[in-house]
Amino acid sequence: MDDRRKEPLESRAVGKSLPHDSAHLHVTGAAAYTDDLPEPRDLLHIAVGVSKRPHARIAKLGLGKVAAAPGIVATMTAADIPGANNFGPMLADDPILVEETAEYVGHPLFAVAGETVEQARKAALLADVDYEELDPILDIRDAVERSSFVLPTEELSRGDTEQAIEGAKHRLKRRVRCGGQDQFYLEGHVAMALPQEDGGMLVYSSTQHPDEVQMLVAKCTGRDAKDVVVICRRMGGAFGGKESQAALIACTAALMTVKTGRPCKFRLDRDDDMIITGKRHDFVIDFDVGFDDDGLIAGIDFELASRCGISADLSGPVNDRTMFHVDNAYFLENVHILSHRCKTNTVSNTAFRGFGGPQGMFAIEYVIEEIARTLGKDPLEVRRRNFYGKDERNVTHYHQTIEDNVIEEIVEQLVRDSDYADRREEIRAFNAENSVLKRGMALTPVKFGISFTATLLNQAGALVHVYKDGTVHLNHGGTEMGQGLYIKVAQVVADEFGISPGRIRITAADTSKVPNASATAASSGSDMNGKAAQAAAAKIRTRMTEFACRHFGVTEVEVRFEADHVHVGDKRLEFAELVQLAWADRISLSATGYYRTPKIHYDRATFSGRPFFYYAYGAAVAEVIVDTLTGENRILRVDIIHDCGDSLNPAIDLGQIEGGFVQGAGWLTSEEIWWNDAGELGTHAPSTYKIPTCSDLAPDFRVTMLENASNREDTIYRSKAVGEPPLMLGLSVFHAIRDAIATDANPTPELDAPATPEAVLTAWEGA
Amino acid sequence: MSADSQSPRRDTIRFVLDGEVHELRDVDPTRTVLQYLREDLRRTGTKEGCAEGDCGACTVALAELNPDGDDLDVRAVNACIQFLPTLDGKELITVESLSDGNLHPVQQALVDEHASQCGFCTPGFVMSLFALYKTNPSPTRVEIDDALAGNLCRCTGYRPIVAAAQAMYSQSGEDWLRQSVADQKPPRDRIERLEAIADGGMLVLEAGGRKFYAPTTIDELCDALAENANATLLAGGTDIGLWVTKRHAELDCVIYVGRVAGLSVTIVRDDHVEIGAAVTLSDAMPVLLEEFPALEEMLLRYASPPIRNAATFGGNVANGSPIGDSMPALMVLGASLKLRSKSGSREVALDEFYHDYMVNDLKDGEFLESIRIPLTSPADEVRVYKISKRFDQDISAVCGAFRLRISDGVVSEAAIAFGGMAAIVKRAQNAEQALLGKPLTHDSVEAAMQGLEDDFEPISDMRSTADYRMRVAKNLLKRLYLDLTGDTVQSVYEYGRQA
Repeated sequence: MDDRRKEPLESRAVGKSLPHDSAHLHVTGAAAYTDDLPEPRDLLHIAVGVSKRPHARIAKLGLGKVAAAPGIVATMTAADIPGANNFGPMLADDPILVEETAEYVGHPLFAVAGETVEQARKAALLADVDYEELDPILDIRDAVERSSFVLPTEELSRGDTEQAIEGAKHRLKRRVRCGGQDQFYLEGHVAMALPQEDGGMLVYSSTQHPDEVQMLVAKCTGRDAKDVVVICRRMGGAFGGKESQAALIACTAALMTVKTGRPCKFRLDRDDDMIITGKRHDFVIDFDVGFDDDGLIAGIDFELASRCGISADLSGPVNDRTMFHVDNAYFLENVHILSHRCKTNTVSNTAFRGFGGPQGMFAIEYVIEEIARTLGKDPLEVRRRNFYGKDERNVTHYHQTIEDNVIEEIVEQLVRDSDYADRREEIRAFNAENSVLKRGMALTPVKFGISFTATLLNQAGALVHVYKDGTVHLNHGGTEMGQGLYIKVAQVVADEFGISPGRIRITAADTSKVPNASATAASSGSDMNGKAAQAAAAKIRTRMTEFACRHFGVTEVEVRFEADHVHVGDKRLEFAELVQLAWADRISLSATGYYRTPKIHYDRATFSGRPFFYYAYGAAVAEVIVDTLTGENRILRVDIIHDCGDSLNPAIDLGQIEGGFVQGAGWLTSEEIWWNDAGELGTHAPSTYKIPTCSDLAPDFRVTMLENASNREDTIYRSKAVGEPPLMLGLSVFHAIRDAIATDANPTPELDAPATPEAVLTAWEGA
Repeated sequence: MSADSQSPRRDTIRFVLDGEVHELRDVDPTRTVLQYLREDLRRTGTKEGCAEGDCGACTVALAELNPDGDDLDVRAVNACIQFLPTLDGKELITVESLSDGNLHPVQQALVDEHASQCGFCTPGFVMSLFALYKTNPSPTRVEIDDALAGNLCRCTGYRPIVAAAQAMYSQSGEDWLRQSVADQKPPRDRIERLEAIADGGMLVLEAGGRKFYAPTTIDELCDALAENANATLLAGGTDIGLWVTKRHAELDCVIYVGRVAGLSVTIVRDDHVEIGAAVTLSDAMPVLLEEFPALEEMLLRYASPPIRNAATFGGNVANGSPIGDSMPALMVLGASLKLRSKSGSREVALDEFYHDYMVNDLKDGEFLESIRIPLTSPADEVRVYKISKRFDQDISAVCGAFRLRISDGVVSEAAIAFGGMAAIVKRAQNAEQALLGKPLTHDSVEAAMQGLEDDFEPISDMRSTADYRMRVAKNLLKRLYLDLTGDTVQSVYEYGRQA
């Protein structure tokens, strides 16, 4: 399709900054989210009663008062589940309702259905529960010491790390922690289940993975996949938090529907949402690194321990991705990684934008900074010294050869555009003159691998219909969570038919239209669904072309689809006219499309192969100011260059870059997940969990996309995935803060993430 | 109850929505505006994001007749924690109200700037921007940030939303709330509709065993409280709303003070300012900023506009949370409280009002009528520092307030109070004593810092550890010293934002 790029831009949709397809609905309140759908008659509302102990055998679960409360129609426990009591996506270790032992504060013990939301929620507080308390594990290192793991520890090694470290001139050993993060999608989890005839079940679910919800709903209700349909038109944000976790909500709603025979809706209150569903994994990172006078890493040993919570969930692939991304943009010739997947009595952690990658990159960026500060060098210098090469030093520790490395070009341009050197001097002068306020600056790179690491997930399907009036119905397995996937895919289909996007009806993800779809995750949405939809549309276009050739006696090269018309030889027909003619000639105007990502392969047993189709790159320079009396800090200026390949929609991609950066900065600054000693989450609402607000945005924020950056690989219109990579640009903010509080007396302040005012003050006063 | 102090009673809530007067009776008085919109009217454009007034997805606008009665004041509020009866006499404007087929300029600007991604927060942003559009014709970037401080967006990173806020004024679309662009006044019929339902009558609702009184005079309030000793007094509802949405509290009797004319006045005298207990933060702020400019950062960081538009200083003080942000400042300014009941009124100093955690000096049947704040003298140095994880719409880890009077080179008066350091907001007497009668020097400040160790025993929680609270409290004294000795440290909250 690449020849189409040569056509004048006006006639194409791809590459244009079209508004989000639902923008006009968002601003008028007309965009319907799952909780906004018309409610069927007899709808019941669900609430769950949860464990108040982090680890306890449930000796007694008395629901008499719950059942007798006003408006209550049914209660449900694990014993009521006709099928499998599990919503775990990979292992069957995640009960929908606790059977015997509650494993975290918030573990659902029972569900209750009432005529109103309030009645259900009030009743859920009335249970009579006797706990036999068991010893909880609440701390990551405690879990490691006690070998409490949800999955076996993994190991990845290249070269002779021990010898390389011992032989190096310099050596550093340290421990650093990075915090977790709540997804804080503005729309909380919600699902509505409706009984259908003959055992069928229709579920509206706010989910990134309708297929998985379908499978798990079928299993827990004792049905087959064919009996269950899951639909999601849009989510009010997801960020990974609705990849596996949505199934808990949908399964509970479906089970209650089975029990009561009535439609049931389960919408979590914000506090319950934050207590009951998983977050980004927090990590304890130990490293031991050997390096030379230039800061070149000779060998590095990582011990990575993450809080997985009570079950495996997606923690396996999350931690694998951490292992894959401890290199970020740096060549690690001798490296050894030990990865512990710790079982703790806290909510089961899950996917979150970056999927383990951010924590791996946090680790190596901390190492680089530590090396530079120990040597008294600008960290930028050490970064560049360790960057992957183009033709040498270009094989990752998992044996993938990097073929598309542009990191040095990006950094070079960014150093220039951001006036890095002069500002570095300016900051030095400012800090010399000011004893309380300190400024700091850091440049951090991003290299992020694109593809699901499980090769089998890299497939997608689409369904396209062309109607007699020349309008188009578009469906694919991808879900819309705000990232602009639906408009991007519509742009691709519009160009395939040479029609304006307004002729295309974008429709909800629906398991009855496209089966077996992977989660919309791993930044893969546009790459895979764009290709699948293009394939479907191309089939129909090919049929129409063949028909036109036959009908008008022309050859294929004389048929051109453009600007809502079809040029056939010297004739110019309305698109709809040709559709009419083709239909009348009994040509099929409906097609499915399918795509599988090429080239990738990967052996998990040896952690080697080509797990990633390609890499996305970027870099950011952040400047901050810190008040060293309080630790409070503010971002002053940010410069970003990010690689989107040939963007399908620059406005949409810009939104991903900006939003990702701010989310990443939030992760590392104000967003603190806090549990008390009783295992209770203290930060379970926006009153206590602080994501960035408008005033946290840098007053000077300059974001550009890398130019002339066509993807080397044959992706959809040579674009690059952009969902996750920009989040990790936020690392620059953390290191800018650390830069600000580093002094000659204490060049390596002990700062863990998130850099809350308290963490910053503690690191500063440690001087 | 004397006949002449009693206005007509009404058992129907009346408010305007999209040009229609809604009359509600027999509704649960603690039903929220959001529940009414989403569940009863099925107007689902307004979203629930947190049900506690912290995310702004539920933001709606309220229009009220201005004091002159010739225009409408438009303010954003959080529908999720506003009880339905508090709408009485007002016009409710939701995201659905804004477009009549064509997008409102605010909406069009958001579309043009690609300012929505998932779109779930967008209706709330529309309404906050709409309120800004109606009240500020050319906001600065800082004013835009402030207007949006109560709206969380998790997708965009805010840059395009700020761009939309800047672009909305040049949109050609029609803003229906004005009669015409030329005269800047709303259509006469909107004013008349509000005039028609503004009868000044006391609202008395009873439904499902629950009572709700909205008196309009202080006498009515005294009587209602005397008759219902266990009533919950409701002002802005920014805390009480959460008792219902989060704790599922059943409030059997609520007395709403927001319509009591006598509690809604702010008076500036020669030597003091008096703020009625029902005056919203938004209404009190201009007066306070004028008289006490040192309070500016604390007031801006205190709460977001939708909270300020509902919440009151009276509520903050009477509620008495140890992390209430107004009390440290009010305490060092020497504020006193006028307490009233059917049997009369009395005055109590704020620093004697709190007895223990959530226990105060109010007796049964007594309510807070007003807060009286003495004006400072030119010799007074006042500073208030708020410390929290995030600048906007966050609860303080520590809030420190200071008033020092230095005469003849020594500290002749010292008032220091902290929030977040104890079970109540209280004065730091040992720290004060360490400064009194001495010149303000590094040594005396060190002694005051040491004094804090005796004054407070803070706790650790999700906002910070006890250790940090103590360290930062001490450092705030250090900062005070720098500020007062000519080495002023600019606040990072302000730093770089005006550029």
